[in-house]
Amino acid sequence: MITLTHLYILAGLVFGAFAVLSAVDRTNARRFRNAAFWGLLAVSFLFGSTIGDLGNGLVALGLVVLAAFGLGQGKPNTTSQDERRASAERRGNMLFLPALVIPAIALAGTLLAQNTPMGAIIMDPKQATLISLIIGVLVALAIILVWLKPPLVAPLQEGRRLIDAVGWASVLPQMLASLGAVFLAAGVGDQVGKLFADYIPLDTRIAAVAAYCIGMAMFTILMGNAFAAFPVMTAAVGLPVLIHGFGGKPEVVCAIGMLAGFCGTLMTPMAANFNVVPANLLELPDRKAALNGVIRAQIPTALPLLVANILLMYFLAFPT
Amino acid sequence: MLVLLGIAVVVFGFVVRANPLLVVMAAAITTGLAAAWTPEADLAVMWQAGVDTLARFGKAFNDNRFISLVWMVLIAIGLLERSGLQERARMLIAQVPAATSAAVLWVYFVFRQVMSALGLTSLGGHAQMVRPLVAPMAEGAAEAKHGPLPDRERYLIRSHAAAADNIGLFFGEDIFIAIGSILLMVGYLETNGISIAPLSLSVWAIPTAIVALAIHSLRLWLLNRRLTRTLAGVKAEGGE
Repeated sequence: MITLTHLYILAGLVFGAFAVLSAVDRTNARRFRNAAFWGLLAVSFLFGSTIGDLGNGLVALGLVVLAAFGLGQGKPNTTSQDERRASAERRGNMLFLPALVIPAIALAGTLLAQNTPMGAIIMDPKQATLISLIIGVLVALAIILVWLKPPLVAPLQEGRRLIDAVGWASVLPQMLASLGAVFLAAGVGDQVGKLFADYIPLDTRIAAVAAYCIGMAMFTILMGNAFAAFPVMTAAVGLPVLIHGFGGKPEVVCAIGMLAGFCGTLMTPMAANFNVVPANLLELPDRKAALNGVIRAQIPTALPLLVANILLMYFLAFPT
Repeated sequence: MLVLLGIAVVVFGFVVRANPLLVVMAAAITTGLAAAWTPEADLAVMWQAGVDTLARFGKAFNDNRFISLVWMVLIAIGLLERSGLQERARMLIAQVPAATSAAVLWVYFVFRQVMSALGLTSLGGHAQMVRPLVAPMAEGAAEAKHGPLPDRERYLIRSHAAAADNIGLFFGEDIFIAIGSILLMVGYLETNGISIAPLSLSVWAIPTAIVALAIHSLRLWLLNRRLTRTLAGVKAEGGE
């Protein structure tokens, strides 16, 4: 059975190759920093289960220090704009095939693993989407290598070109998840919930609904994740005031409350994989700003939608 | 109350635009130290608290490695870009006379929302779809009509490509019963003595989904107007 462990070995080898290729790339003045950064990530993938908690903490600390000093951007050999246009003319729409194979296999594999006994034997059903995604990548890679016959080192060099464009932001989502674990252990969420319950007047229905929805959005903006906000805000306002106090239907209060939190996700750099990573992938000039182009494009949708959620909950959640 | 210092570090870090990885690590250590602090705590106790926090952070970092697996996609996408995938996406969209940037984004947004509502969230994503296909198509549609794009409009279109993916995903996925957030809510209510079927939660995600569809469609319509006006102006100034 394929499990995450196998994927970690693969990822460790790929990041290790990025590190080696970075180290010999003389076009990058900071090549050794890049090599150390991708190398540490390779260590995490290959040996994370054996070096202990503190060892992993030191690996994370190393990544942070390297990122704080600043990474460079390598310039691997790739094709020119004209070569790409010529290749696009020659290959035609068949070029889309390998790109679409990736999501297609990710989807088919997920459905197979979760719905058929055979699929569950091939891969761990709990991780089916990730495993199928990586299988999709390998199949696409095989198709391209056989069909277009690029140099064999090209997948690693092209991958390094893109991962260097993303840079340190590539580990930000993982770091934020770890911060969430530290916050949880220290009881940060409970404190915020208590502040809310103690200082916000919740004696009318509309005030309580607004406090819950806006609280979900604001706490999500701080934590970057509506999943972290939901138990905190629901324990502070949702359950005691809206459901038990005003008699709101729990399914409506919770469903719409969670979506109010998602409005917060659209507005925060803390939701790195949704808002910061694409800004890097798309090479936006303001990708380092707290409110980068992606977030600015989303705020005018998120704010009216938050108001709409407050009104929807107010009118739909209460029986009278 | 002291543990809230960690949140203050996060806010301060973003305000002074420090490196976000540094901000995250500083916030984690601050939180761990604040949680351990008592008036009697001496240096040795605080040092130990710092080390423990780093270990807790490391354990979580290791447990969450799966998040970074998605980067494996880049080796295939990079290889396709080398062979002209983005250029092909531009050419394809240029053959559709009715296509505008905003129309391309709108079609993708609706596709993403509907597929997510059916539980097919893996049919999208920034590395797999937005960078290689959606953004080049949206840019290509404008280029086919107006020639080379000014940077401002190019980056505006790219930002909206990422936004279409996020908004379609967020306000579609909760309609599907087996998604993480629905299961989280069911579990949370269960532990608080309230039994709710996943289906009744996902049904109540539909009103918000419809409003999100309406609001974001309006936004893309406004984007279309704005792009048409500014790009026509650019062309006229160029004297072509």
